[in-house]
Amino acid sequence: MTEVLFWFMALFTVASALMVVLNNQLLYSAIALLFTLFGIAGLYIYLWADFIAGVQLLVYIGGINVLIIFGIMLTNRIASVRLSQTNLQQGVGGVFAFWVFLLISLVISKTPWYQLPAVEPSGTVREVGTLLMTKYLLPFEAASILLLGALIGAAILSREAN
Amino acid sequence: MDQLNNYLFIAAALFSIGLFGVMTRRNGIAVLMGVELILNAANINFVAFSHFGGMNLDGHIFALIVIVLAAAEAAVALAIVINIYNNLNTINVDEASRMKE
Repeated sequence: MTEVLFWFMALFTVASALMVVLNNQLLYSAIALLFTLFGIAGLYIYLWADFIAGVQLLVYIGGINVLIIFGIMLTNRIASVRLSQTNLQQGVGGVFAFWVFLLISLVISKTPWYQLPAVEPSGTVREVGTLLMTKYLLPFEAASILLLGALIGAAILSREAN
Repeated sequence: MDQLNNYLFIAAALFSIGLFGVMTRRNGIAVLMGVELILNAANINFVAFSHFGGMNLDGHIFALIVIVLAAAEAAVALAIVINIYNNLNTINVDEASRMKE
């Protein structure tokens, strides 16, 4: 049962990711991206990463995707003539992306991956929090400074020029 | 579902799809969506290696930092896109190729 659900979720994720890049309507692409992010959150739950799955739901779906939909609504003229959403290199790009996928798949299947047996944790939130405050305190603080810089930069970039 | 390979294949597929989107889309926001797919593919790899490396949580921290970076990147990129739209009245990246007006 869980196996079937896993493959369904994987298929769902990849199919909606294809919708993101192939759909001509930009808003439909954004909605498909939402479903992709949901599927990826499901994969995180299969990997016992409950905290990352929660962050994925909160930050990606609740934040980034909503921001993208805002951007689409602010920059799309509904009445305008709809030109093609893709450039002329679609065939070449498709072939190239497919070859990249084949190459990565070849490397993945040729490599003898060494897997350690995983012990199921009762929850990862406590451990992740401890790691963030001890071993990874410097990257944590650097990320906060980056967010502050992005906040100020986005405000300066998008204000009215006068 | 208990094989590392499955997750790596899903991540590789997402990466290629995102790469295809970045290369072929004309709209700036659609390019941004492709970048988000690529970042998510990297995140799946981080969490999968963390899980199959004996539940080593360092990978989770990496995934968290990637999510933070994606949030910052989306905010700044959308500010730039809205600015380009105000100046050029289009957000197609092949038309917005001039560095100044």
